[in-house]
Amino acid sequence: MIRVAIGRLLSALPVLLIVSLISFGLMRLIPGDPAAAIAGISATPAQLAQLRVDLGLDQPLLVQLLRYYEGLVQGDLGRSLLLGKGVFAATMERLPVTIGLSLYALVITLLIGLAAGIIAALRQNSIVDQAAMMFAMIGISVPSFFLGLVMIIVFGVHLGWLPTGGYIPFSQDPLGWLSSSTMPAISLALLQAGLLARITRSSMLEVLRQDYIRTARAKGLPMRQVILKHALANALIPIVTVVGIIVTLLVSGAVVTEALFSLPGMGQLLTQAVLNRDYPMVQGGLLLVTTFLVMVNILVDVLYAALDPRVRYE
Amino acid sequence: MSLLEVRGLTTGFMTGSGEITAIEDVSFSLNAGEILGIVGESGSGKSVTALSIMGLLPSPPARLISGEVIFEGQTLTNMSDRQMQTIRGPGISMIFQEPMTSLNPVFSIGEQIMETIRAHERLSPAKLRERAIEMLDKVGIPSAARRMDDYPHQMSGGQRQRVMIAMALACRPRLLIADEPTTALDVTIQAQILDLLMDLRDEFGMAIIIITHNMGVIAETADRVLVMYAGRVIEEAPVATVFDRPLHPYTRGLLECVPSLTEDRARLVAIPGTLPEPTRRPPGCRFSVRCSHAIPACSAALPPLELLEPDHSAACIRALDLAPIRTADLAP
Repeated sequence: MIRVAIGRLLSALPVLLIVSLISFGLMRLIPGDPAAAIAGISATPAQLAQLRVDLGLDQPLLVQLLRYYEGLVQGDLGRSLLLGKGVFAATMERLPVTIGLSLYALVITLLIGLAAGIIAALRQNSIVDQAAMMFAMIGISVPSFFLGLVMIIVFGVHLGWLPTGGYIPFSQDPLGWLSSSTMPAISLALLQAGLLARITRSSMLEVLRQDYIRTARAKGLPMRQVILKHALANALIPIVTVVGIIVTLLVSGAVVTEALFSLPGMGQLLTQAVLNRDYPMVQGGLLLVTTFLVMVNILVDVLYAALDPRVRYE
Repeated sequence: MSLLEVRGLTTGFMTGSGEITAIEDVSFSLNAGEILGIVGESGSGKSVTALSIMGLLPSPPARLISGEVIFEGQTLTNMSDRQMQTIRGPGISMIFQEPMTSLNPVFSIGEQIMETIRAHERLSPAKLRERAIEMLDKVGIPSAARRMDDYPHQMSGGQRQRVMIAMALACRPRLLIADEPTTALDVTIQAQILDLLMDLRDEFGMAIIIITHNMGVIAETADRVLVMYAGRVIEEAPVATVFDRPLHPYTRGLLECVPSLTEDRARLVAIPGTLPEPTRRPPGCRFSVRCSHAIPACSAALPPLELLEPDHSAACIRALDLAPIRTADLAP
């Protein structure tokens, strides 16, 4: 299992290299000038030219790229042009908000998705199954921003149960964090929960047909053990892969949700950075988010090996 | 009192075109320590009979239409699944045709044996492990203690079937149902597994129902034999009797299908035609369409299973006209 983890870590390096290249390239491909964004509309051409020299933007692209990598190897992601502070520091202020929201949404996704999927599979073609799959379909079909808006109107404005927006850090007030994050997390989670419910259902149905399930029953094991041990342990193998993808989708989906609920997360930070052509912020922020997602996927691969001895012994 | 009594067992399956009966009016009894062979082609209802006894058919679509299964005086067919859980394992256990897929791939074989014992008996973890190793040892897994933590994919088909047997016998059942236990294995391994089953029968004294389509397996192992065709029992007798004087033309056909090393035959013999689909069974005797001795009366009514000779029943109206002469009668 440790071998699996090390192998995946090594294969993550090229991924990060490619992502850094893409973010560097994309920022330079889109029109716009960071100097203009910083200096404002009243700046003179001379001021702009001076600013470009200060920011190193007058250099050829290759030189800029090499400087960027030079910084990276030394652990320096550069300074944000807009915020006037280090990219790493700026990201670390915002990333916990996004990760917290995504993890909260993940917990909701797992609870709803797994439970609904397992129950639907066990009661295949029953009313329970059809109802669960209908709700899953609704979850998948309704855009999360729309769901978020409806929730704000119903639970925030009319019922007044939860705040309509704003953020309270977990470290300050855990309950406050919970109340400020619940609506965003649910609106973010429902789509994924629907997806997970459908995948869990089909995976369980597939597993329940297997010979070893019949063997487990022939041994006189209680039904609970047959399902929660023998069936689930096998059904989880494909599900874990999907959960890895779901985490990625949650983090990227968080961008929209953060905007809707005015949460100060990575989504807000990167949107501002892109709009203002804050090259170092976009490059560094994306790289850090990607690093986080790559780590999640490594974790998934390790989990996969833990669940399936056939992978472990390959 | 016999160990197992099956009376008029009829099991149906719901399909798109209505309910079909997979087995009809299957009756037999089995004494403690006895080995009963159930033989027939694929689709004749052998496995459905076994799974109906175990209560393991998925319901729906399967449904017990009528009949009862009585094991040690208890009517299994009236039991809830929860009650059946106490029978499966220590009362009746089962091994299956596919050793490759019958073991759970994500648990070690030791765990799979131990959990069987754990489900039925209270033992300390140390004793549990000891018992599992003992079982692996008994089924001939070399260095059993070391292999406890192996996973099924690390074993060969024959070894996996041995593990299945160890698992099935871990709670000392009074009856073992072996559903085509050797079909998926190499010929050399087949003989080993059958020998193992015989040895374990002698050691544990359990009764065995062995399901197969192979008359050779029946000859080697069984005391009595039940021949099934298209969901019905068509002949029942002690093994020696059936091999000596098969009464049903189908049974004779099955015996002729066994390739012989001593007789000089150029081609393998096969029964013409195929087993009728459950939805398209012919009227009257279900074998009549394939039977070379069929007369118009054969398709008039379903022939009942009748005791035609001492301890020998068959379901064929022409059985006694056509049956070969007994070996004993040939003696001067």
